[in-house]
Amino acid sequence: MKSAVVVFPGSNCDRDLAVALHEITGVAPVMIWHRDTVLPQGLDLIALPGGFSYGDYLRSGAMSARSPVMRAVVDAAGAGRAVLGVCNGFQVLTEAGLLPGALMRNAGLDFVCRDVALTVANSQTAFSARYDTNETIRIPVAHHDGNYTADEDVLDRLEGEGRVVFRYAEAVNGSARDIAGIVNTSGNVLGLMPHPERLIDDALGGSDGRRLFEGLVAALG
Amino acid sequence: MKARVTVTLKPGVLDPQGRAIHHALDGLGFAGVAGVRQGKLIELDLADGTTEADVAAMCQALLANPVIETYRIELA
Repeated sequence: MKSAVVVFPGSNCDRDLAVALHEITGVAPVMIWHRDTVLPQGLDLIALPGGFSYGDYLRSGAMSARSPVMRAVVDAAGAGRAVLGVCNGFQVLTEAGLLPGALMRNAGLDFVCRDVALTVANSQTAFSARYDTNETIRIPVAHHDGNYTADEDVLDRLEGEGRVVFRYAEAVNGSARDIAGIVNTSGNVLGLMPHPERLIDDALGGSDGRRLFEGLVAALG
Repeated sequence: MKARVTVTLKPGVLDPQGRAIHHALDGLGFAGVAGVRQGKLIELDLADGTTEADVAAMCQALLANPVIETYRIELA
């Protein structure tokens, strides 16, 4: 599996994501600077990392979503390429219009940084195939703006179409319907607030995040 | 010429920051505050001849997120 990690000014989980992808796919991902306009040929996965791109100016993810590279990412997503956005990457995907809704300030106004329990709501996606539906896993979150918001009809559609992939199994940030991660209609774009790349090795406290990447390897080769 | 763009959350979108401000005002003893909504003010210094439609296009493309926000434009 050939992957790439997009680096925005202010990304800070790009190297964690690169380590996880390197270890689990066996191939070092290509690091792509946000000003690049062309993606390397033959990519199977494009990953948008966590962090505070552009210092969260205007709205989290707003400036990065208008970066030159995002035009190429939108085109690649439209062509069916797998796209994973973690934390700030999820915020960028909503701002870029690749996923519906928006991520607002946490309901408690606090920056939340801890392991949280998640329920796998749908294991029928390439991103969640190595989990069982309704399984509870633990993955760390670290965000200030993770409070998922969308119109009621959008929320109903997400649930009806099985596009809610991960839900919080405890109170975290006030997200509508406890949404922690969603996919687009064709299932090739996932955005999630928790950080699976931070939990890929039992020596570092757990490996529940590892299976997300293993599922992608199985699905994408 | 200048434009002032006021960006606010749409009615019905919960505003945790506005609520916290409301709470703090209550704590300071200011009675009679029924609600607080926080927004943003963006001032644009523009070339003469820029139209309201041009500024609206900027709002749609970047300054506001139409999923959760509305905007009001004042040209001066």
